[in-house]
Amino acid sequence: MTNGAADQEFTRTYVVHGGDFVNAGRASTDIKDTLKNIGLPPAMVRRIAIASYEAEMNVVMYARQGTITVDVMPACVVIRVEDEGPGIEDVARAMQEGYSTATAEMREKGFGAGMGLPNIKRHSSAFEITSEVGRGTRLFIRVDAT
Amino acid sequence: MQAEVYDPRMTLEGVRDLLGATVLSAGDLSKKVDAVLAADLMSDVLTIGGPGMLLLTGLASVQTVRTAAIADLVGVVLIGGKKPSEEVISLARAENVCLLGTRMSMFQAAGLLYRAIPAREERCGAR
Repeated sequence: MTNGAADQEFTRTYVVHGGDFVNAGRASTDIKDTLKNIGLPPAMVRRIAIASYEAEMNVVMYARQGTITVDVMPACVVIRVEDEGPGIEDVARAMQEGYSTATAEMREKGFGAGMGLPNIKRHSSAFEITSEVGRGTRLFIRVDAT
Repeated sequence: MQAEVYDPRMTLEGVRDLLGATVLSAGDLSKKVDAVLAADLMSDVLTIGGPGMLLLTGLASVQTVRTAAIADLVGVVLIGGKKPSEEVISLARAENVCLLGTRMSMFQAAGLLYRAIPAREERCGAR
């Protein structure tokens, strides 16, 4: 254990299915438990878990399928989320708080208030989003140890 | 001069007694409750919720429990006598999330909790 970061490096990939609300959040819960167990600082684990959970919910709500890949490195943790789905037409608008294209069903589950992407960015040390309409969306989320 | 009713030692057990709540999943009832968040939007909970916070909500879904676990909340109170599914209760038990259920309305439960655990801004005088 050095500087609060992980002293082991590994990669793990999770498959997330669109529309599967029952299992939505399982991947992020497992990521959280894994990072907690290797001794990362609780505040860092929390930031990663929230960013990952928001991203996982987006895949479940909007995409057909996606993957979440976690890279644990000595000074940071990187989460990559790639989905096959409709993509986002206007990424700049999607990054605005309160902008949402969610359906009534998504809102009934307590999501789709247009806070997801801004909240992921808020919890990241570095954040990138690229999207192609008709193909899907990719997120790069890095959370530093400090 | 009004009497000070804020109890810095308020625990989940205290919340259970105050709201006449049923324990659906115990978690650790001796845990301290520092603040209360009343919301049905899990997006809001993920934005402002944090360690030591208790969630008061009318949303009795698996996402409620997942959100509480992800955001490190101290526990969840379901209002209005809502009966969560077995799936929700088992997930709360598996994730060690304290899940309480009260017949009180959101307004009533929030009012009682506000008297017992004032909002952070109130205690700190911040706006």
